[in-house]
Amino acid sequence: MAESTSSSASIEAVERSLAAAGYIASRQIATAVYLAEKIEKPILVEGPAGVGKTELAKAIAASRGLEMIRMQCYEGLDEAKALYEWKYAKQLLYTQILKDKLGEVLGDADTLAKALDQLHTFGDVFFSKEFVEPRPLLRALEQPMGCVLLIDEIDKSDAEFESLLLEILSDFQVTIPELGTVVAIVPPTVILTSNGERDLGDALKRRCLHLHIGFPEPKLEERIVETRVPGIPATLRKQLVGFVNQVRTLDLKKLPSVSETIDWAKVLVLLGASELGHEMVKDTLNVLLKYEGDIEATLPQVSGFVAKSGRQGVFG
Amino acid sequence: MRDTLHRFFRAARGAGVRISPAESIDAMRAVAEVGPSDRGILRDALLLTLAKSGDDKAALGACFDTFFTHPDFEQSPAANDDVEDADGGASESIETAEGAASGQAAAELGALAQMLLAQDRAAIAAALSNASNAAGLTDIRVFTQRGLFASRVLEQLGIAQLRDDIDALNARNSADAERLTAALGSLRETVSEMVAQALLLYGSEEKEALRNEILRNAPMARLEQRQIEQMRALIRNIARRLRERFSKPRKRQRRGHLDVRRTIRRNAAWGGVPFMTAWKRRHRDKPKIVAICDVSGSVAQVSDFFLLLIHSLHEVVSDVRSFAFSGNLIEVSEVLEKNKPEEAMKKIMSSVGYGSSDYGRSLVDFEKGFMSAITPQTTVIVLGDARSNNLDPRADILRRIGERSKRLVWLNPEGRMAWGFGDSEMPRYATFCNVVRQCATAQQLERAVADIVATYQ
Repeated sequence: MAESTSSSASIEAVERSLAAAGYIASRQIATAVYLAEKIEKPILVEGPAGVGKTELAKAIAASRGLEMIRMQCYEGLDEAKALYEWKYAKQLLYTQILKDKLGEVLGDADTLAKALDQLHTFGDVFFSKEFVEPRPLLRALEQPMGCVLLIDEIDKSDAEFESLLLEILSDFQVTIPELGTVVAIVPPTVILTSNGERDLGDALKRRCLHLHIGFPEPKLEERIVETRVPGIPATLRKQLVGFVNQVRTLDLKKLPSVSETIDWAKVLVLLGASELGHEMVKDTLNVLLKYEGDIEATLPQVSGFVAKSGRQGVFG
Repeated sequence: MRDTLHRFFRAARGAGVRISPAESIDAMRAVAEVGPSDRGILRDALLLTLAKSGDDKAALGACFDTFFTHPDFEQSPAANDDVEDADGGASESIETAEGAASGQAAAELGALAQMLLAQDRAAIAAALSNASNAAGLTDIRVFTQRGLFASRVLEQLGIAQLRDDIDALNARNSADAERLTAALGSLRETVSEMVAQALLLYGSEEKEALRNEILRNAPMARLEQRQIEQMRALIRNIARRLRERFSKPRKRQRRGHLDVRRTIRRNAAWGGVPFMTAWKRRHRDKPKIVAICDVSGSVAQVSDFFLLLIHSLHEVVSDVRSFAFSGNLIEVSEVLEKNKPEEAMKKIMSSVGYGSSDYGRSLVDFEKGFMSAITPQTTVIVLGDARSNNLDPRADILRRIGERSKRLVWLNPEGRMAWGFGDSEMPRYATFCNVVRQCATAQQLERAVADIVATYQ
C-alpha cells in the first residue's frame, strides 16, 4: 500500500515538473510519462493536430534537463537520413591521400594474391566509426546522458520505415552491418506522435504505450492558456475557452485545438481586449479557424456563442 | 493480484480488444509500478498498455468498469481492502437482511451460517470469491449455463450445511432461522448476479468467435434481419484484413537492372563517378475496379455486402465505379461514397431494386453509357445469378467488355449445380469471363476479392 501511495505521489511529481516546464498535463498524460520512464517503453501519442503532442516531448526534455533530438518523418524517409550514413566523400578523400602509403605497404608483395592477403590484415579501415555520419536515431543512442527522442508524425513515413524503428523501440539498439550492434548508453525516452493519417502497424503499436490526447477539459484548457499567455485577464480567459469549446461542437473541417486557442488568446491580449466582444471575435476568427468554409459556418453563430460564454464568464 | 489481472485480460479479449502476451506483460509491469490502490490510475495504466486505438480504449474502459464493480466498495472500504489484496476484483458483497444486531451464533452452526448471522461482509465477500474460483466461474460460456454455475458456487459456499442449520434452528430459535432464510434468499440473488456478470465478461469471448465462424459460412442471401448487422461488422473486419494485407508497399526493387539515368544524376557531385547506384523500380498500379451488381430480389443482399466490401477498400483499390441493375442499369458510385452503407443501399433499392432482372437490357445500358469506364487496367466484376427471365442475354456485349478489360470476373451466389438450369444463362456468359466463381458466403466473397486484388500485386 505504501508503495502505491508513493506511486500516485510520483505521478503528481511528474505533473508538477511538466508544469514547471510550461506544460499542463492531465493525469492520464502524467501517468503515461511516469510509466514510460519506469518500464522503459516508448510512448505513441495520437490525437488531432495542435493538442500539444510535440510540446509534450519538449516539456519532458526540459523538465529532465536532457537534450531533445527530433526526427521529423515524411514520405520517403529512409535509413540514410534517419539512422546513419557513410561519409562517402571522406572515404574517397582518404583513399586518395593514402594511395602512396598503400604502395609502400604492398611494395614487397610480388603477386596479386599476396597483395590481397596483406591488404586483408589491415581490416576494414574505411568502414570504421570515423566514417559513419550519425543521423537522429543513432545520435539519440549515443548520448552519454540519455535524451528525449521525438519521432514526429510517424504516420507520414512509409511502412518500411516503421520496421526500421522496431529494433530501436524494443531494445534501444541498432545494427550496422559493417560495425555491429550499437547499444544505447542510456536508453532514451522515446516519444512518437501520429495524427492518425494512416493506421500504424501492430508490431509498432505493440512496442509502445498508447496515449490519446484529445481536446482538454475547459478547466484544464484555462490553466494551459494561463501558463502560456501570462498577461491575460481572468474574465477574458474564461469567455475565450468557453467560446472555443462551443465552436468545437460545430461540424467543421478543422476544429480549433489548443494551439489555436493560445494563438487567439495572444492576439486578443495584443489588441488589449478585456472581454470577448462580437466585433472583435468576427475580426479575429481567422486566427482560430483555418478554412474559409469553417469561418463562414461559424460566423452566424458568433453572437450566440459570445453571449453564452459571456454568461459563463460572469457566473461560471 | 496477478490472477485478477489474468482474468481481466480474458474479459478484455472477450470485449474484442486484442491483447498479446507481450502487452499483458507490459500491463503487469505497469500495474506493479502504480499499484492497485488508486482506481483511476490503475485504469489509465491498463488503458495505456493494452488498448492501441480509440475503439479499443472505449471497449476496454467499459470492460474495466464492469469488471471492477463493487456494490459496497465506497460504503466500507476498510472492510473490503483485504479482499482487494486477496482477490482485487470480481467479488461481490452480499446485502444481508436489515436489523438484528446481535449474532450470537451457536457453535454448532456451519461457517456460512455464522458469517451470515454475524453479517461479516468482508468474510462473505471473500467466501464468495473463493467459491466462484473453486467453481471455475471464468469458464462460463453461454447463458444456459447460468443455473449450473450458480448452483456450483452455492455448493462451494456450503449451502447444504446452511439448509441443515436452518432446519435445526427452526425448532429451537425461530428468529435466527428466519433471519438465515432471508439471508439465504439474498445470497442466492447475489450469486446469480455474480454469475450474470461473469457471463457478460467471459461469455462473449468464444461466443463471438463461434458466431463469426457460423456467419462466415452462412449463405448471405438468406440471412435473418438480426444477422445482417452482424454480417456488416464481419464484412468490415474482412475489409480491414484485406487492407492490411494488400496496402503494403507496391514498389519492389528490381535489383540487377541499373537505372542509368538516375545513377548519373545522383552521382553528378562526384564528377560522374558512380559511387551510388540507383536501381530500376517496377511500379505496380492499384487495382481499378468496375463492379456491376444485380440488385433484383434474389441477389440484392449479396450485392449489398459485396458493395460494402469493395467500397471499404480505399487504401487498396484506387478507383471503384459501381453499377447496379435489375430491369435497367444505373451508376451508384456516388451514392455509395456519400451515404452511410445502410442509407445508400436503401436509395439504390428504391431507384432500381427489387425488379425482375433483365441482363440483356442492363448490359445494353452499360455499353451505351459507361463503356469508357473500362480501361486495359480495369478488372470488371459482375455479381449476379445470371437468371434473365428468358430474355435475350446479350452475351455479345459481355464479350466486348471482356476484351476491353484486364480481367472479367463473374461472381454467382448460386451453387454450381444450379448454373444452366431453368432461365440461368451462366454457361453462355461463362465463356467470356476469365474467372467464374461461386460467391454465396462471406468466406467465398473474401477469397474472391482477395484473388482479384492479388493479381495487381
